[in-house]
Amino acid sequence: MTRSPAAAVKIFRPTNPLPGLSLTLGFTVVYLTVIVLVPIGALALKALGLSWKELWELATNERAVAAYELSLGASLAAALINAVFGSLLAWVLARYSFPGRRWLDGLIDFPFALPTAVAGLTLASLFSEHGWLGEYLAPLGIKGAFSRLGVVIALTFVGLPFAVRTIQPEIETLDEDVQEAAKCLGAGRWRRFATVTAPALLPTVLTGFGLSFARALGEYGSIVFISGNLPFQTEIAPTLVVMRLDQFDYTGAISVALVLLIFSFALLLTLNMLQAWAARFMEP
Amino acid sequence: MKARADTISSAPANPVRRPGRDSVHWVLISVAMLFAAVFLVLPLLNVFAQALAAGLGPYWRALADPDTLSAIRLTLIIAGLCVPLNAVFGVVASWAIAKFEFRGKAILLTLIDLPFSISPVVAGLLFVLLFGVNGLLGHWLQGHHVRILFALPGMVLATIFVTFPYVARELIPIMRSQGREQEEAALTLGAGGWKTFWHVTLPSVKWGLFYGIVLCNARAMGEFGAVSVVSGHIAGQTDTLPLRVEKLYNEFDPVAPFAVATLLALLAVATMLLKALLEWKTRHES
Repeated sequence: MTRSPAAAVKIFRPTNPLPGLSLTLGFTVVYLTVIVLVPIGALALKALGLSWKELWELATNERAVAAYELSLGASLAAALINAVFGSLLAWVLARYSFPGRRWLDGLIDFPFALPTAVAGLTLASLFSEHGWLGEYLAPLGIKGAFSRLGVVIALTFVGLPFAVRTIQPEIETLDEDVQEAAKCLGAGRWRRFATVTAPALLPTVLTGFGLSFARALGEYGSIVFISGNLPFQTEIAPTLVVMRLDQFDYTGAISVALVLLIFSFALLLTLNMLQAWAARFMEP
Repeated sequence: MKARADTISSAPANPVRRPGRDSVHWVLISVAMLFAAVFLVLPLLNVFAQALAAGLGPYWRALADPDTLSAIRLTLIIAGLCVPLNAVFGVVASWAIAKFEFRGKAILLTLIDLPFSISPVVAGLLFVLLFGVNGLLGHWLQGHHVRILFALPGMVLATIFVTFPYVARELIPIMRSQGREQEEAALTLGAGGWKTFWHVTLPSVKWGLFYGIVLCNARAMGEFGAVSVVSGHIAGQTDTLPLRVEKLYNEFDPVAPFAVATLLALLAVATMLLKALLEWKTRHES
């Protein structure tokens, strides 16, 4: 390995002449302490003061486990749908020119810009048995709203931009030369896709899947409207936190919140590892 | 590189291909368009269709309801407090993080990313455990007759928690990619620290800053989970627009929740249009 000039310069790096480090860093640390660390500290202190046995029982009782199962299952289903259709949308947006492409591109951000309460409200009405879409599903015996399917629909909606916007830049910067080389070597379109394009995109698609899954796991606003919030049937874990809080069951709320936090941190760790892998994958 | 849904995308590096006569291309485009029509266009149209289903009269009556007007006011107050604070935090934090090297930077970045990975409901719970009657500070607050939970201060804090990363997340990559040569040149030429910041740094990140503010505002006005937990749902007092939508929905009113929702849907449309405009601006300036 050769030493880059940048590495050589680093040894003799002059002191940074820019002012304001102590002021800006101080402000940043104080702001983060007040807004993030103190509230998290409050949760930690409260949790430490509770009986572990009680916390464990409340975190793992039947109703809570049913809520985790629905949260994880529906988020997984939504993330899978988003990985497939997100890749398709990203591919079409990055590769083809067609009438309405810019509109479609702008529209991808809609679920991100729309308050989740409005998303839940309009999806519940669209998929209810008298709604524009639900009326075609009802004769087939499919309940689109106030059902587990409704939860999946809402979670797919809110997660879609995360999948598309993760995958899209990667397709835009895909190495054209490799494609050309494969073409010259006589590989057909499907073979090229399966052996050259798909493997190159896999880490990014997985990252998009993971981000969409993470977004879905914490979602609450849209679900309140579309799921019906029936315990053991259509109640997700964040809803259970709110239900227990409303009954002043603080220990119960904290126990589910801690499980949710463990889920998110495990997911964050996996995503970081995935992105490190993806970065290594993209290196020449 | 970390790709996110909330960053301004750059121009495609590969030339976009015209599909021509190729049928596979058109099949893919059609499926993508159909998916977007069902999943993105219909929900937007449905909000307005339901809101106006009974005509303009009920629509205006729903919006002119005193509790709705008070929800509009509260939403504007909360956004008016949170967005400037988070904008200042974003600029200050990205100056420290992008222009300097120091120990513990990774921890700071993780803390800034934290709200993205915490459920808004859990975020709200954190503030209940801090300020609630049984919370850590609850007893002291009650003794001094200070109301934070189920009142404006708690709702502002919960909203700040959920929305503070947006401006910082937007600015850090931009400031980092610009390095500090320009600032160093300005300082060498005799400009002071503030002057350098106002005339060199700020103008070069202005579109990113504006976009971060637009996103932060959209999230602040639309936040549901965290605010719902700390609000107490007092009609006419602690209901924001999204909470008002929920309340009307639970009252089985066929028109009013959609009427209030049109305001938030218009906010989303304005946010998307501004994003498109800013992308166009940055592309034309670079």
